Amino acid sequence: MYKYASPKNFYVLAGQLIPWLGIITLVLFATGLYLGLYVAPPDYQQGDSYRIMFIHVPAAWMSMYVYVMMAGAGLVGLVWNIKLADMLATASAPIGASLTLMALVTGSLWGKPTWGTYWVWDARLTSELLLFFLYLGFIALQAAIDEPRRSARAGAVLALVGVVDIPIIHFSVIWWNTLHQPASIGALNRIISPTIYPTMLHPLLINSLAFFLFYYMVVLMRMRGEILARERHTGWVMQIVRASAEAAR
Amino acid sequence: MPQTLLGTARCIFRRDLTLAARKPADVATPLAFFVIVTSLFPLGVGPEPNVLSKLAPGVLWVAALLASMLSMGRLFAADYADGTLEQLTLSPHALTPIVFAKVAAHWVTSGLLLVVLSPLLAMQLSLPGQATWTLIATLLLGTPVLSLLGSVGAALTLGVRGGGVLLSLLVLPLYTPILIFGAGAVTASASGLDTTAYFSLLGAFLLLALAFTPWATAAALRISLD
Repeated sequence: MYKYASPKNFYVLAGQLIPWLGIITLVLFATGLYLGLYVAPPDYQQGDSYRIMFIHVPAAWMSMYVYVMMAGAGLVGLVWNIKLADMLATASAPIGASLTLMALVTGSLWGKPTWGTYWVWDARLTSELLLFFLYLGFIALQAAIDEPRRSARAGAVLALVGVVDIPIIHFSVIWWNTLHQPASIGALNRIISPTIYPTMLHPLLINSLAFFLFYYMVVLMRMRGEILARERHTGWVMQIVRASAEAAR
Repeated sequence: MPQTLLGTARCIFRRDLTLAARKPADVATPLAFFVIVTSLFPLGVGPEPNVLSKLAPGVLWVAALLASMLSMGRLFAADYADGTLEQLTLSPHALTPIVFAKVAAHWVTSGLLLVVLSPLLAMQLSLPGQATWTLIATLLLGTPVLSLLGSVGAALTLGVRGGGVLLSLLVLPLYTPILIFGAGAVTASASGLDTTAYFSLLGAFLLLALAFTPWATAAALRISLD
């Protein structure tokens, strides 16, 4: 186990895992989309527009999962001083931000036919928007600090404060929403509710798994890049660079 | 001179207050900002008292939030620039109570003054009298939380390029629960509703922030000074 904590071994292991993750993600995603777009029946009220939830819901779930991963990795990096954990946190942030943005965009596209407008201050959308801002803050803070060690540790503290605050923000927004908004989220609640049909539930779960593996694939790719950048002065990286230069010629 | 922990904290508290008193302009700037921003709203949305009184809770709270955030920059900046902060981290005492004393002194010279100014601005925006009392009380409970959360951001952005704008990106999303319940209480009070729940929640946030943020700020300071 400890063997893989060294950047070089991790680089090799990640390189072996990525193709497999890619293939499984592709198969799952194709199955999920086929079941979601062709097999699942149209919703009796929303017609076909509900099908965007097969992207929207996994993206929203993953956006929260990635933030927790980021904070967890940050904590490990902060406490045990493990470089790979720092890299995992840094590499996760842009992926999490993209997933959050995807959840926001698909949510607002779904809102147009359902609510008649692209944006309502729905509790879920609003807290997803705030999550997006938290991701931006993390990315901006890390980008503003050049020294990698300090950058990683500052980011970790911010992510940990954020992870404590996210549930508070979420429930505050829900309270705020119920105070100000007439009950317009009934439709969304029904979609998420456990009375969902299996034909709709299965593609949702399959796509969620696909998104989950996709995150790990991309995060490993990003971490490999980060390892190469940080270890660029070591012999083994120079060997790789030389070899790929040979191959290109 | 050997000092007890409490003595050190009190000493730092007094020192920061003295420094603030010697540079009143630094203290006054966020207050001026608070006044200007709230005065801009009637110019933007029109002077109708019923519109203004409807907007007043949100406007006053958002303006107080921004003013409090803008004042966070000076919490550690001067001590960082002249090396005092480094000396403080070398002190035999834990950094957390020292941070706590600094944040407390900072709140007295920023948040507390915002609270004192707020009734005047509430009057300007024709907020009803009952709601003005709620505004004062919510700001009293809420601005310390803003200072405590802001101190984490201020410590993280010490000496970082683009620190001021970065700070706003870091702390404003974290401020949202305080805004929701602070402004919510004032709105509820203006329409004659019960505000107990809002105060309970704001009080809970304050306790939570008191317990955890000085610790996070101390960790962030050590990282920034590394």
